[in-house]
Amino acid sequence: MPKKTKETSEEAHAYTPGLKVKRSMTVDKLRRLPIQGQVFVKVNDPVEWNTVIARTQISGEPEIIKVASLLGVEAEDIPPFMLKKVGDKVAKGENLAFYSALFGLIKKSVPSTIEGTVESISEITGQVIVRGAPVPVDIDSYIPGKVKEVMPREGAVIQTNAAFIQGIFGIGGETHGKIYVTVETPEDELTPEKLNSDCKGEVIVGGSRVTFEALKKAVEVGVSAIVVGGIRHQDLTEFTHEEIGVAITGQEEVGLTLIITEGFGKMAMSYNTFNLLKSFEGYNACVNGATQIRAGVLRPEIIIPHPGTEEITKDKLSSGMIPGTPIRIIRQPYFGAIGIVHRLPVELQILESESAVRVVEIKLGNGEVVTVPRANVEIIEE
Amino acid sequence: MAHLRKPVEEMQFILATDVGSTTTKARFFHKRDGEWRFWVAGEAPTTVEAPYEDVTMGVQNAVREVEELTGHRLLSKEGAGMIIPYDGEKGVDLYCTTSSAGGGLQMMVAGLIKTMTAESANRAALGAGAIVMDVISRDDGRQPYQKIQRIRSLRPDMILLAGGTDGGAGQHVMEIAELIKAAEPKARLGASYELPIVYAGNKNLRPQIQELLHDGIALTMVDNIRPVLEQENTEPARRAVHELFMEHVMSHAPGYTKLMKWTDVPIMPTPAGEGMAMQLIASSFKMNVIGVGLGGATTNVYSVIDGRFVRSVSANLGMSYSVTNVMKEAGIRNIMRWIPFKLDEEEVASRLMNKMIRPTTIPQTLEDLIVEHSVAREALRLGLQHHRTIATRLKGVQVQRTIADMFDQAVEDSYVKMAVIDIIAGTGGLLSHAPRRVQPMFIVSDAWLPEGVTRMFQDSVFMMPHLGVLSTVYRDAAWNIFDKDCLVRIGTSIAASGLGKEGEHVMKVELTMPDGQTVAEDLNYGEVKLIEFHEASEAKAKIDPSKSFDVGAGPGKSVEKTVMGGVAGIMLDARGRPLQLPEDDSARRDTLVKWYTALKLYPEDAFKELV
Repeated sequence: MPKKTKETSEEAHAYTPGLKVKRSMTVDKLRRLPIQGQVFVKVNDPVEWNTVIARTQISGEPEIIKVASLLGVEAEDIPPFMLKKVGDKVAKGENLAFYSALFGLIKKSVPSTIEGTVESISEITGQVIVRGAPVPVDIDSYIPGKVKEVMPREGAVIQTNAAFIQGIFGIGGETHGKIYVTVETPEDELTPEKLNSDCKGEVIVGGSRVTFEALKKAVEVGVSAIVVGGIRHQDLTEFTHEEIGVAITGQEEVGLTLIITEGFGKMAMSYNTFNLLKSFEGYNACVNGATQIRAGVLRPEIIIPHPGTEEITKDKLSSGMIPGTPIRIIRQPYFGAIGIVHRLPVELQILESESAVRVVEIKLGNGEVVTVPRANVEIIEE
Repeated sequence: MAHLRKPVEEMQFILATDVGSTTTKARFFHKRDGEWRFWVAGEAPTTVEAPYEDVTMGVQNAVREVEELTGHRLLSKEGAGMIIPYDGEKGVDLYCTTSSAGGGLQMMVAGLIKTMTAESANRAALGAGAIVMDVISRDDGRQPYQKIQRIRSLRPDMILLAGGTDGGAGQHVMEIAELIKAAEPKARLGASYELPIVYAGNKNLRPQIQELLHDGIALTMVDNIRPVLEQENTEPARRAVHELFMEHVMSHAPGYTKLMKWTDVPIMPTPAGEGMAMQLIASSFKMNVIGVGLGGATTNVYSVIDGRFVRSVSANLGMSYSVTNVMKEAGIRNIMRWIPFKLDEEEVASRLMNKMIRPTTIPQTLEDLIVEHSVAREALRLGLQHHRTIATRLKGVQVQRTIADMFDQAVEDSYVKMAVIDIIAGTGGLLSHAPRRVQPMFIVSDAWLPEGVTRMFQDSVFMMPHLGVLSTVYRDAAWNIFDKDCLVRIGTSIAASGLGKEGEHVMKVELTMPDGQTVAEDLNYGEVKLIEFHEASEAKAKIDPSKSFDVGAGPGKSVEKTVMGGVAGIMLDARGRPLQLPEDDSARRDTLVKWYTALKLYPEDAFKELV
């Protein structure tokens, strides 16, 4: 029979990373080019959020042109008919190849369908590949601060002191704006009448839920981003015009960036998050809704740079749950409840669903002690 | 190459892990009275993602749980992996692992013709344990520029390129190769490393392929996947994919370089381990098997029919990361149809979205468990639908049709028919951890609709991948544990196909038990019953269907078969095929309550309260 070691029960760690809600911390942002290029900054350079720090050229789109078949010759016979050779520039409509027979009575030419450079001429397939002009790609610094590190030809790490809040899910990419709290409490809903032209370019903080109508109004008035506790699945689907299948987001072009901090449905924003955002009302925030919950988790974020007069809490890896650790329950029947770890029994326990799992006993704010699976809690990282 | 620290006959303790996309599962085996058995399991969340980004942390946490439960020390104090070998007090003699974390092995395949070489390449990649992101072929309906855009947007771990028969025309194969070259594909992990491409096409084109695909590409050439049209030869490509997976892909995933040093046997993709386990079942019982690994991110379906092994993977059908994609593909209504109580559609959708964003949570309430079981049915149904598009006859080969075939149009694409399946086997978190063994039996039955007499097996605590990788170096130990501790005999399903009216007689089943006693049951249309027959022994069954129902020998024809008992028993299913649920919502719920209650699917009191 398996032997249980009782002495370890109170120290049993559970690795359940929580979302960060921090008033002041050092934020490092890696800004990297998709392929190697040129980096314009050096270590300790001050940067604004829109400073272009690196640039590269992505190779242009290739166009495959079936020269042999268009000329009506065998693939291996095309070299004498080519007017361009590998490496030559060619304009759109300019002839790549020309064929003439019967003393010029039969003439066939193959014009390039794009402007570019001849990349290859194949005598096996009779195809010519013309590559379009390279596409320049710029990377800005996204957050204001200073350059901490430069990766030659790849990018740089920008560092700043900021409040840092992670959401649970978001849509839309990087944006900026001033924090504007439009609701009184974290339980309030964000409805259209709470939005007006003053909200243009702002990062709007709502409470428990944003309605579909409010989202539409927000786009109309030009809101940069919305940060809210929850959203109904149906509202999100209507707003994005598609059902979210796998959580890989950030590329949506829906007119604003949306971040939910708690989950789907009507979910009051946690007091910690709400109060923190409220205390920074009027500050500029850098917001990104990109979320990826698979193969490299990426959570949406709100970064509020500030001088950082308070003590900076170190960003360290959570060592796990121990009695006293503040946690949030993330599944029914106590979804959203906040408490502290009371006990971590090592023995498996039977749930209402009849599953036998390891559990954690949690003392809620009202003193009630509830038992939930260890998998159903997350650590509140303050 | 495997590097064993002790001869296998001297081993006493073996540890195997599976680094899944959601959970890392450790399984601890030991030799007891000369026989290899499973001892204990430990699990912990996988730590491939930020902020940890080191899979070995999750492995250590899972192994630490094993240590806590057994009091047997396994981890070296210096954090350098396991203590190997066992020194009479602590440690293990062998450590091995499978992995699907970090997205598993993601591949793109290309071939000349969609239904011929491209399809063969697809099967080879899937058989190697890959997730196939796209299949490119000359006739896939897309313009060259669209294919190029697609290849550029994908960042596969590897590409498998097939095309042409040996000695056949090469121009079109070279066109596909030029297309890939023009797209300049980039690898998913590590911007600086060369993308591996496996060429398994017309062998006469090797010099030209080498000439074309040498810059920035790690090219490997293997034997043609279709040397002649009538023959599919996927093994060399599959082997090459496995080797490159270790060499190029795993070494770039967070923490894997360290994990590779800890293991005595090369790390294997989880689905490859599962596939080996499914083949072990088919070869041991000499029967046709269809199996499923219902995971958090993907659903893998395996079939071994008349000795032919095929695997399919539905990359975005799963119970956690991909749970909302099941909702998207199946439609929320199809999930709702399995829920036997009133629940708002929006509430179900929000719960599933919440599961997707917090994928490691588990159902605590019965209501939540039933919602997940409903999603599982749809993931399985769609998974099999996908499998049937992969498990097809070889196209391009002349098939002789009989007059009857022409009337029936019976030469269908897929040969996976439930009537020819003898065994269904399931694994994956939801199925293996189901609180009652009858639950996976019924869930799989609802989704796959077995016909006739079908044995149902279940992975006891999810260790098929572990035993699959172990079997590569120590088959006897793997098989013994598999047979004694892993393969739970849930029971047998006896199901009649055909349609009828409510209350119409469907079949009479007479079971002669090992002690000579007989049990007879008459079943009417719409009924399902469970006969408790828990012994690991067999009974003789005589099944007499009514004239419009078929239990394997044709409509109205009797069947006599040996049936196997199991932890759930023998399920008699007279609900007909295809399964039909009442359209009226209240009648539908009543029907489900009747079925779920008849099978004692859930705890009685809590279930009554819910419905």
